Amino acid sequence: MSISIEKGANITPLTKTFKAFFIVLAALTLGSILFIIAGVNPFKAYITMIGASFGSLYGFSEVLVRATPITLCGLSVAFAAKMLLWNIGAEGQLVMGGIFSAGVALFLSEHIPSFTVIPVMVIAGCVGGGIWASIPAVLKYWKRVDEVLTSLLLNYVAIFLFQNLYYVTWRDPAGRGFPGTAKFPGIAFLPRFFGTRVHLGLVFAVFSVFLIYFIFSYTKWGYEIRVSGESTEAARYAKIKINRNMVLVMFFSGALAGIAGMSEASGIHFRLMEGLASGYGYTGILVAFLSKLNPFLVLTTSILFGALIFGGDHLQVVAQIPSAISTVIQSIILLSVLFGALVTRYRINVNMGGER
Amino acid sequence: MKGIIKRFSRIVANNKVDFDLRVGEIHALLGENGAGKTTLMKILSGLYQPDEGKILIKGQTVRFRSPKDAMDMSIGMVHQHFELVPKLTVVENIMLGACKAVFIDIPEKEKEIQGLSEKYGLDVNPKSRIYQLSVGEQQRVEILKMLYRKVKILILDEPTSSLTANEVEKLFSTLRKLTKEGCSIIFITHKLEEVLEIADYITVLRRGKVAAAVNVKRIKQMNGLATSELAKMMVGREVILSVDKNEISTGKEILGIENLHVQGDRREESVRGISFSLNMGEIFGILGVAGNGQKEMVEAIVGLRSIKDGEIRRKGSMNYVPEDRINRAAVPGMSIADNLILTSYKDFSKPIFHKGLVRNHGRKLIKKYDIKPPFLSIPVKQLSGGNLQRLILARELSQKPNLLIAEQPTAGLDISSTEQVWKFLISQRENGAVLLVSGNLKEVLSISDRIAVIFRGSLMDIISVKNQPEKIEKIELMMAGFV
Repeated sequence: MSISIEKGANITPLTKTFKAFFIVLAALTLGSILFIIAGVNPFKAYITMIGASFGSLYGFSEVLVRATPITLCGLSVAFAAKMLLWNIGAEGQLVMGGIFSAGVALFLSEHIPSFTVIPVMVIAGCVGGGIWASIPAVLKYWKRVDEVLTSLLLNYVAIFLFQNLYYVTWRDPAGRGFPGTAKFPGIAFLPRFFGTRVHLGLVFAVFSVFLIYFIFSYTKWGYEIRVSGESTEAARYAKIKINRNMVLVMFFSGALAGIAGMSEASGIHFRLMEGLASGYGYTGILVAFLSKLNPFLVLTTSILFGALIFGGDHLQVVAQIPSAISTVIQSIILLSVLFGALVTRYRINVNMGGER
Repeated sequence: MKGIIKRFSRIVANNKVDFDLRVGEIHALLGENGAGKTTLMKILSGLYQPDEGKILIKGQTVRFRSPKDAMDMSIGMVHQHFELVPKLTVVENIMLGACKAVFIDIPEKEKEIQGLSEKYGLDVNPKSRIYQLSVGEQQRVEILKMLYRKVKILILDEPTSSLTANEVEKLFSTLRKLTKEGCSIIFITHKLEEVLEIADYITVLRRGKVAAAVNVKRIKQMNGLATSELAKMMVGREVILSVDKNEISTGKEILGIENLHVQGDRREESVRGISFSLNMGEIFGILGVAGNGQKEMVEAIVGLRSIKDGEIRRKGSMNYVPEDRINRAAVPGMSIADNLILTSYKDFSKPIFHKGLVRNHGRKLIKKYDIKPPFLSIPVKQLSGGNLQRLILARELSQKPNLLIAEQPTAGLDISSTEQVWKFLISQRENGAVLLVSGNLKEVLSISDRIAVIFRGSLMDIISVKNQPEKIEKIELMMAGFV
């Protein structure tokens, strides 16, 4: 009997599903090793995480709270990636969106009709994130600077600006030593649901999922983006304005991340303070890739990641395991999927002796 | 190769195919588009694995898991769509994957490649970058790649589709030289005359099965009926290539070019003062060896390249069928339905896409232009060359433009497809005019009303096919630059 590995063979959908299942199993098994090192029974750990995340209204609501910005950032990265634009700057765009909408909340909200406050904050969030994301786009088309570098580095610029604002320029004088802006006036709060912390931001996130599906499948613009992402030469032939789309797509991508920032600031923190930039922009990159740029999968993957993060937080409280373990598991999942993608191109042939 | 079976979901591309190659033989693999020739050779060169059947080299069964395994057994394939990196030089492309050394002495390799190219008559400057080369020159680089790797079995997929008669002769003499040195050659084609000229043995494929395997000498003994016999084997019925062209009165000017100058990718001007006028109801053929400026001229007319000097006047709508099918005219990863609206997507999305309209449009065109496999959702990269060309023509012709620009429209197409394409081009005259850019003298003579020969960026002469038949003999001279 011999086993050989063969590359490039035809694979049926059934095999693909089995393989996906095994990949997930592999990720969880590797994660178990971490739990064992931490001195905990991995089965118990996983069950506690799942139970906490999905077993109670409180738990699931906390999962959704985390899933909201992750979904928006995931959509942001996925939207740009469809045109092969790599938006590593979702984190900074999120922060800028938060800054712009905080500006509205702190300085404008009491001077405009109260029913316009939230819409204006949404617009501010879009504009803030959108402008921030347009900078790498313009640099790319003007001077051919790679957007990976520019969007990444602009994250730091945004964060420093953000820190300046809540430590100094917009600092709340009555803050009693804690750095942060004043609390937003009540009309600038995003409403919450069912007594949980789940806020209007979730609605924005779900709406965006459908919006993006609609754009890709049913609009001219979506078609142009898909063609440009697959073949620049064909896009030029089809008279698609590639440069114009580059800027528009990045603006839209930044706007999505900006909304994430706005909804964190106005739905959770109610002020600008440390914690707005907590890595959701980067998690979004992971999620976008794992979801193969499919908006619906972005939503489900984000909920899963939200559960991972909340599960990790919960374990920290209950079993004193550092919550960073969930971050490590996120990485294990990504690596497993990457390895799995490599493996699915091969077929394992088992030859039970003799000729075929 | 014995009993080879290869399936792609619902389609059986190779159905129990047997194929034998002898040392020093030139073996032609003949068949219509979609017959399974390229698939069979991709199996031999290691790109695909057969679902059933085996490959034997000198009696030993072998298993190729990748092209590298095939290359280790000295089998190399030059594909229909070249695998060259446009930005790199000739030397760099040839070295890619062939050199294990960390440091490469480029001037030394240049000399080596210059030597190879002179030995086999494959004229090309090792220092040029691929995007600067014409299709004929690029093909020479591909062959040099194989020669550098010392292949003993060389597979060529439709090698003469973009070559002039002169270049074909040069290629054939190169191939004969190679066989004298013990190299065996497999030649995929659908051009019967060439097969009779160069091949020792022929295998004919039809719809995935072997329709015939014959020695060329035997066919030649059939005295002049040879080509029609082969054609019958390929298609399964009598095929006569004829063109039925009725008179259409010409009308006003559709396209006027005045002293056009266009800069190419190299340092010189590609188009040096071209002037001509194209009227309604006319087919105007621009005939020339690839690389004489016709590509740049067409790009200037369609707006993909800027004009250095001169004027382009155009009336009405224009559609363009590019020479580069797989990269420019189509999006390989997208479906047939999506590709069929590539140049007219704005008409289907007022204001949003009506999926039903797109699908109906797709079904209609698939039927009218006989695109196979006829499934709307398959990615276009799965289509054979001929079917892809029919798709592109379907898309552009169905928009009924006033001016249709067709670049090498029948390159790589078999007889019946070529016939269809010519019919479509001729019928296009009812909507407007056709600017035909081709390197195929027979094609240009068959369907054009007027012919202009292009050489080094200028038009040598403009000939009316009907009114100036005496000039037609001089055309081949003009193509080589003689006035």
